[in-house]
Amino acid sequence: MMSQKEMKKYHEKTIAELSTMLQAGEVTSVELTQYFLNRIKAHDGRLNSFITVTEELALAAAKDADAAIKNGTAGPLTGVPIAHKDIFCTQGVRTSCGSKMLDNFISPYDATVVTKMKQAGVVMLGKTNMDEFAMGSSNETSFYGAVKNPWNTDTVPGGSSGGSAAAVAARLAPAATGTDTGGSIRQPASMCGITGIKPTYGRVSRYGMIAFASSLDQAGPMGQSAHDCALLLNAMAGFDEKDSTCLDMEVPDYTAELDKPLKGLRIGLPKEYFGEGLNVDVEKVIRAALDEYKKLGAELVDIELPNSGLSVPVYYVVAPAECSANLSRFDGVRYGYRCENPVDLMDLYTRSRGEGFGAEVKRRIMVGTYALSSGYYDAYYLKSQQLRHKISDDFKNAFEKVDVIMGPTAPDTAFNIGEKSDDPISMYLSDIYTIAVNLAGLPGMSVPAGFVNGKPVGLQIAGNYFKESQLLNVAHQYQLHTDWHRAIPEAFV
Amino acid sequence: MSLDADAVKKIAYLARLKIDEADVPVYANNLSNIIDLVEQMNAVNTDGVVPMSHPLDAVQRLRDDVVTEINQREIFQAIAPKTEDGLYLVPQVIE
Repeated sequence: MMSQKEMKKYHEKTIAELSTMLQAGEVTSVELTQYFLNRIKAHDGRLNSFITVTEELALAAAKDADAAIKNGTAGPLTGVPIAHKDIFCTQGVRTSCGSKMLDNFISPYDATVVTKMKQAGVVMLGKTNMDEFAMGSSNETSFYGAVKNPWNTDTVPGGSSGGSAAAVAARLAPAATGTDTGGSIRQPASMCGITGIKPTYGRVSRYGMIAFASSLDQAGPMGQSAHDCALLLNAMAGFDEKDSTCLDMEVPDYTAELDKPLKGLRIGLPKEYFGEGLNVDVEKVIRAALDEYKKLGAELVDIELPNSGLSVPVYYVVAPAECSANLSRFDGVRYGYRCENPVDLMDLYTRSRGEGFGAEVKRRIMVGTYALSSGYYDAYYLKSQQLRHKISDDFKNAFEKVDVIMGPTAPDTAFNIGEKSDDPISMYLSDIYTIAVNLAGLPGMSVPAGFVNGKPVGLQIAGNYFKESQLLNVAHQYQLHTDWHRAIPEAFV
Repeated sequence: MSLDADAVKKIAYLARLKIDEADVPVYANNLSNIIDLVEQMNAVNTDGVVPMSHPLDAVQRLRDDVVTEINQREIFQAIAPKTEDGLYLVPQVIE
């Protein structure tokens, strides 16, 4: 016969619930950490959501957390286990960024996000799989192989934070960190049926987060609920001297506004997000979610984002241009992959990079190199930055009329593994609704809103600068009245 | 805009990427498609529009010009492919 404790299903609990249990002494951090390590061992063979599991470090951190809880120095996240996307540098632990280039890279320092999580007493279970250097929307470009979607293992989990999304959806970790350059938190959150928020650009430090496109990259939490994301963002956000674009602004308590009623909330519906290209069944799910908001007292307002159709073209100049510059640091000299027997320095550079990077990364480096090459700068990079201003102005105008903007996170549910891997353009279009938010630097979320053929659909909520509290409030109120976010894929209950 | 094999090779050289000869046509095709996508930007007139450098118009923060980093050579070189006497080794450059 099983003891009562063994029968407890901790993976059905949110972080908010686990935190209460830890503080009350109903469970220890060591027990919780071991429980999730066991789940990873038992189930991740089917998903490939982790690149590295840090069992020893996790148990040692859990022991420290239990001591802190005992002596009364614990905070709300002390002892809670989570996973970090393998884009965040973790001292003494391999930080691969999903690439052969960094397969042998043991980071000599911690990213600020990792430091802050450690300070909050959070226990790291391991590092999650991702598209190589965060370049991809399906997790298929990882050097460590594709991640599978726990709702249907023939399909992709989305990307680039696909490992984090799949691990949380299958409850192999109660929450995880992610990063979002063009939708990499929101799109996988949508496809895996979890909640994720990309904060305002500059809200969370990028220090130690391996750079892809520096003017767009932003870290955020991925969890089971808006409440959990609020708790995690409390620990992640804040000024950091080490990131020159991090904003020196006070961090509010993101849980403080969760319970605010939504009566009178004005929700903008951009007509561009409900047009051609949107799967009709996905649209039905989104419309049902909007009806729910109407019942909660919100008002729906039609709006326009006239330049949003240019988001994808603009993004595929800005992101590759910045990535070509950022990734020039990988030269095979100081760390990372070096080719065998280089004959001269040029051979060392070109072969180390040619062999160390995968096809999608090479494509983007080349697009960026072309766009920045002599004679083309004005036609591509300058033009894209001008259009970025126009896209951003569209949002500015919209937020004079509405409080938040809603629509689908992605035009469709999770597609099959292999379906789009030979067609970069069709892959790029799966981020068509998320990219504009990054270009404008705004905060955005994805919240589970239902299913189409057993596959999750996410509702996107975008807000004005630094309105994370409002987004989390709007998402939380919906989650109090629906239970889509509570659903766990059958194979992982 | 269509990029030919020579253009792809030139870009790869500028980016210091070794590309297999056999893969050049695939890259030419992929890159041309991406450039076509990007050129949809030309549909909109941007004369006089100020390019966006930071979403919140933030300016570069300045700090006092003092040493903030400590020497961590051993730690950093422990993960290098090849070092000797505190130096990074590469193939001979000067005859």
